[in-house]
Amino acid sequence: MTCDLLVTYLARVTDDDRVFKALADPTRRFLLDLLFARDGQTLTELESAVEMTRYGVMKHLKVLEEAGLVVPRRSGREKLHFLNPVPIRLIHDRWIDKYTERHVAALVDLKHELEERP
Amino acid sequence: MTTTQPTDTAQGERTLQVYRVYIKTTPEKIWQAITDPEWNARYGYAAPQFFELRPGGSYRSTASEEMRKVSDEMGYGIPDVVVDGEVLEVDPPRKLVQTFRMLMDPASAADGFTRLTYEIFEVAPGVSRLTVTHDVTGAPNVAGVVGGAYEDQGGGGGGGWAWILSDLKSLLETGSVLAG
Repeated sequence: MTCDLLVTYLARVTDDDRVFKALADPTRRFLLDLLFARDGQTLTELESAVEMTRYGVMKHLKVLEEAGLVVPRRSGREKLHFLNPVPIRLIHDRWIDKYTERHVAALVDLKHELEERP
Repeated sequence: MTTTQPTDTAQGERTLQVYRVYIKTTPEKIWQAITDPEWNARYGYAAPQFFELRPGGSYRSTASEEMRKVSDEMGYGIPDVVVDGEVLEVDPPRKLVQTFRMLMDPASAADGFTRLTYEIFEVAPGVSRLTVTHDVTGAPNVAGVVGGAYEDQGGGGGGGWAWILSDLKSLLETGSVLAG
């Protein structure tokens, strides 16, 4: 792909596309859950919680960073990873509100109620 | 959340919240939307914010009409100044650092001053990245509010930074806010 074509392609891939693709993988969702439980973790810390090579975790973090779901910050010699909830908020505002949030919430409640029953 | 225990501070650990949003606009427009009360009263909590844009300058945010109305209806008082602080670093339109103390309720006020950093970077012509880093070390109540913990409880709790930045993006890109 030439440089011009790549620029055109990137311009057409919206932020939403990147977020949906990033969220489509279970390992990446697990990494987000880890950061939700404790924000600002290093690669080494995240790696210890996932059964995967360091390189594999790095690749997943890169996808999450490109989607804006993870923001890296330097702290001394360490690189800390922070969960950025804004892209999910934007999708919420763009998609969930639009399709009658109330009905969706009712279905989610029903699912939880049914699953909690023995 | 245990991550905001004051004991973390003693060990030299900071508790940061980091938020990032990409907006189709210039860094100058974002700077104006943050620092000019004509603009910053139009999104998020819609409380006007006044900056003295020099190191050591004052920062304060006054209660919006909506905040006064809700607090009157619910029968508790709200101070005129709901957030105060000091401007620490000014580098328009790239970086703004300030302290930030919430005075809306006694618990948040008791948290004292937190540290807030705005960073703006133009990633491509007309596309800018805004990063908000809120150091809420030892300030669990402020951390809860700006983290959006009270959004579902109504009463103007709001969704914190994620909600404010989503609203700011909407205002700058479309000319109207999410609620409007």
